[in-house]
Amino acid sequence: MAAISQGTGSKFFFEGESGRNTRGLLRLIILVTIAAAAVASRLFSVIRFESIIHEFDPWFNFRATKYLVNNGFYNFWDWFDDRTWHPLGRVTGGTLYPGLMVTSGIIYHVLRLLSMPIDIRNICVLLAPAFSGLTAFATYLLTSEMTTSPSAGLLAAAFMGITPGYISRSVAGSYDNEAIAIFLLVFTFYLWIKAVKEGSIMWAGFCALFYGYMVSAWGGYVFITNLLPLHAFVLICMGRFSPRLYVSYTTWYALGTLASMQVPFVGFLPVRSSDHMAALGVFGLLQLVGFTEWVRTQLPSKQFQTLLRGLVLVVFAAAFGFLVLLTVSGTIAPWSGRFYSLWDTAYAKVHIPIIASVSEHQPTAWPAFFFDLNMLIWLFPAGVYMCFRTLKDEHVFIVIYSVLASYFAGVMVRLMLTLTPIVCVAAAMALSNILDIFLVAEQPVEGAQPQANGNPRANGPTTATEKLASAIPDTLRSTKTPVVGIYSYLSKSAMTGAFTAYLLLFVLHCTWVTSNAYSSPSVVLASRLPDGSQHIIDDYREAYYWLRQNTHQTAKVMSWWDYGYQIGGMADRPTLVDNNTWNNTHIATVGKAMSSREEVSYPIMRQHEVDYVLIVFGGLLGYSGDDINKFLWMVRIAEGIWPDEVKERDFFTARGEYRVDEEATPTMKNSLMYKMSYYNYNALFPAGQAQDRVRGAKLPAQGPELSTLEEAFTSENWIIRIYKVKDLDNLGRSHQEAGAFEKGNKRKKSGKRRGARVLRVD
Amino acid sequence: MAPKNRQSTPQQPPKLPTTTASQTPSKSQSKPSTSSSSSVRNTQDARQIAIGVWNNYIDATPQRVKLLDAFMVFLMAVGLLQFVYCVIAGNYPFNAFLSGFSATVGQFVLTASLRMQTNAENKAEFERISHERAFADYVFGSMILHFFCVNFIN
Repeated sequence: MAAISQGTGSKFFFEGESGRNTRGLLRLIILVTIAAAAVASRLFSVIRFESIIHEFDPWFNFRATKYLVNNGFYNFWDWFDDRTWHPLGRVTGGTLYPGLMVTSGIIYHVLRLLSMPIDIRNICVLLAPAFSGLTAFATYLLTSEMTTSPSAGLLAAAFMGITPGYISRSVAGSYDNEAIAIFLLVFTFYLWIKAVKEGSIMWAGFCALFYGYMVSAWGGYVFITNLLPLHAFVLICMGRFSPRLYVSYTTWYALGTLASMQVPFVGFLPVRSSDHMAALGVFGLLQLVGFTEWVRTQLPSKQFQTLLRGLVLVVFAAAFGFLVLLTVSGTIAPWSGRFYSLWDTAYAKVHIPIIASVSEHQPTAWPAFFFDLNMLIWLFPAGVYMCFRTLKDEHVFIVIYSVLASYFAGVMVRLMLTLTPIVCVAAAMALSNILDIFLVAEQPVEGAQPQANGNPRANGPTTATEKLASAIPDTLRSTKTPVVGIYSYLSKSAMTGAFTAYLLLFVLHCTWVTSNAYSSPSVVLASRLPDGSQHIIDDYREAYYWLRQNTHQTAKVMSWWDYGYQIGGMADRPTLVDNNTWNNTHIATVGKAMSSREEVSYPIMRQHEVDYVLIVFGGLLGYSGDDINKFLWMVRIAEGIWPDEVKERDFFTARGEYRVDEEATPTMKNSLMYKMSYYNYNALFPAGQAQDRVRGAKLPAQGPELSTLEEAFTSENWIIRIYKVKDLDNLGRSHQEAGAFEKGNKRKKSGKRRGARVLRVD
Repeated sequence: MAPKNRQSTPQQPPKLPTTTASQTPSKSQSKPSTSSSSSVRNTQDARQIAIGVWNNYIDATPQRVKLLDAFMVFLMAVGLLQFVYCVIAGNYPFNAFLSGFSATVGQFVLTASLRMQTNAENKAEFERISHERAFADYVFGSMILHFFCVNFIN
């Protein structure tokens, strides 16, 4: 209306052909601004700390990328890494999703070609923010396919750009597969919707290509693999089979499956594992239905059609039975454990403790939804409901996606990530509908004579008031101007005002969450000094750098698997286990070594040629993510393999408490982990005052003794402690004997002195 | 399935004049005789229906579409041959088998899609896809397919 009131100048810009162009330009500018905002809000960590790779997995990706850039693609493809999983090694090239590394490698080389040499580290750090801008754009496209409202797409893009649920995995430095995978996920869905809408081979082909890219980037591609068939299946069941569906689905499946098999890590899985069989089954079903439809057009007899429909059902059932048979007989691999853990939340804890031990695999707490999505979470159901009102093929997709993703997000924290896009889309649809009603459609139908073109909602009241007005002419003031409530400026301004306030709060919340919760590199810790200034705790890098400088190139470092990638990436030393948890037994071996007595652990470490043992200890600083807190998982995983030798129960006191102080169980006190954590810790405190600040426990006056290890390095705040494994004794004694002998010498001397004193007193 | 096709049936006058007319009578005729002497009648019925379908197909299908159909039959035969070979002689170079088999399946599917898109009956479904566009899409899809197949064959 601003345009109308301002007259011809603005009319030129907002109406007709040039108006269309202006809107297009505006839309482009808004999208670019959104992308810029998306990138900018992810840079907290770079500004506050530095351009550094975060957390654990990104360190491996970074290392692999460096390898790719230095050695070229073919060497990367054939890369056998002998510096991880120490005696075993890892066929890295065949056991990773190469999409991320290849993407940043390509960006690196393209920038070089444009004579803009940028350090590969900076590319890796900034890749996730850059792709989040693209994700916002893809969300815009996806939403624009769903509604006719032009504002929904822009709103969705803005939501996607700043929602904490997505930011949590894509801040600068979080160089993980999800960084590009979410963009690919959303874009693949957009292409799929486009393909279903138009029934075009081209869009389905692009969909398959991006699906292939997605497969090469993230294990979460299985979500797409099952969601698209489910969409097709539901459409068939709703009686909405159409040639468009046939064209798009079969093209996608035929091309996409081939594309996914190009990735060595996936290999034959698409034809072998149960996770992918739904797609194959729906493919077969579509062939049948398509054929039946074709025969139907050729046939006169109605009866025969019903027969055919029965035939389809029978064939489908037979195929399904055949599939089950194949699964049972073992030709097709059964559902993977990760899949079961999605349906039965207790499954992982019982059968695969290694999966359950990862914090991001825990069930989601309720506040997390609000924390990550804020106001979107209550707009989300409204958006889904609106999809039901105009239930076209693409809206069915939204409904299915939202139901599935909501469930998955409830089961596993990290799957909040797959929920976020659909929440943004649905919430934007709801919100744009509200805004359209209260901002745009605000010319009330003139209460005068021609009521033919008024909208139905306005019709009732106006006629009623008119009747009223004709009945009692000019008597009551309220009947003179028939006003429908919803069109009054009061309701309009109240609604738009409220939602503007909500949106502003949303932006505030997102910024706050991003800056406080998701922008910590976790390699570098920050704390506040009493005067409010920031203090950086850099123990990790201090220790890794010590390893790099002071140990031999091939010195093997044993640590819990969480730190494997970091040791490989920052210290460049071979590790026994790392975050790629493919070999449970090997991890359990490390767990056993950590949780057993020294006499048991030492042979294990000798067998694995361990030179150094690295542990994380937060007792001094109050850093709660340390190894003593993770210790029970080591015990559980070790118990899974050696139930006779390691027992979780032994680490709890008689009253079932997990303690580290005086009352800790003997098993606990004798375990290598306990000893390494608290070795020499007493020396920091006055006698008998040693305290663990994480667990708030007062430690025993007598600290633990180590005989097979010697302390090599302890970082500034004691977060990282490194021990050297002693060589075999020169005289063939056991280390305990040697230690006792040396101590005995000392004790003898001191005993003599004491004896002498005693004598003198006497 | 029903509503979509209802819309499209009136738009194709030459092909199926019989559908709407003969539906109701045939249904009422056959209903009483389903239980008794069904097997003999069914086989006869089936043969008659098959012949009817065949004649209808020969008469009503354009030459180009027949060409496509012939290609599809050929692809099916090749695919079946590969599958039989795989069952009998083993799937040793599994890559090769998979890429060969999926090449036939993929090409079959693409050809079927092309056939659907160019079918006059489906005009309403594919508003924005002309015959030329459909063929260009077909070529595009086939190129992707064969690129992956060649890449995968080892």
